[in-house]
Amino acid sequence: MAVSGLLGTVLLAAAGAFVVFAIVLVYRIVAGPTMQDRVIAVNGIGTNVVVVLALLAAALERPGYLDIALVYGMLNFLMSIAISKFTVERGGVI
Amino acid sequence: MAVTEWLAIALVVAGTFFGFVAVVGIVRLPDLYTRAHATSKSDTLGIILTLSGAALVFGADLAVAKTAVLGLFLFVTNPTAAHAITRAAYDQGIAPWTTEGDE
Repeated sequence: MAVSGLLGTVLLAAAGAFVVFAIVLVYRIVAGPTMQDRVIAVNGIGTNVVVVLALLAAALERPGYLDIALVYGMLNFLMSIAISKFTVERGGVI
Repeated sequence: MAVTEWLAIALVVAGTFFGFVAVVGIVRLPDLYTRAHATSKSDTLGIILTLSGAALVFGADLAVAKTAVLGLFLFVTNPTAAHAITRAAYDQGIAPWTTEGDE
């Protein structure tokens, strides 16, 4: 069960493009230079993964993926907030 | 094809373009604050457009409501997360990039 024709191809190609964007963002995690740069890049990868899950849910007609995307987006937001609070409280330990 | 399918294709392509702009911004811009600006604005617009296109594919279903909730959630949280990270960085004394020293 999948969306056929041009629409399905466009959805899958967009999902692949967002995967490529996430891989390119790994460069910013490796290069840094500060810890917050890496957190920004990890946050961007997380949002890209959420979009990929939503596109796959549309292309493969599996709406269950949307629940996973919701939980992933919430965890992603929590990660960013937790790290930003933690670094201020502890003076940049991590 | 129906009009909604063409509209979905246009929205997904436009959202992919803005996702590409956000990635170029994060990789190429000079410091943390400009990179956070790229991810919080371009990426959010790309997410909204792409999720709108995906919601059009589902038709009248519960999945449309889930996609709308997902888009609304990311619309609120993505700039908030970027703001929190940059504010933590500013409290730690990371100086913003300027052109003053580059005479």
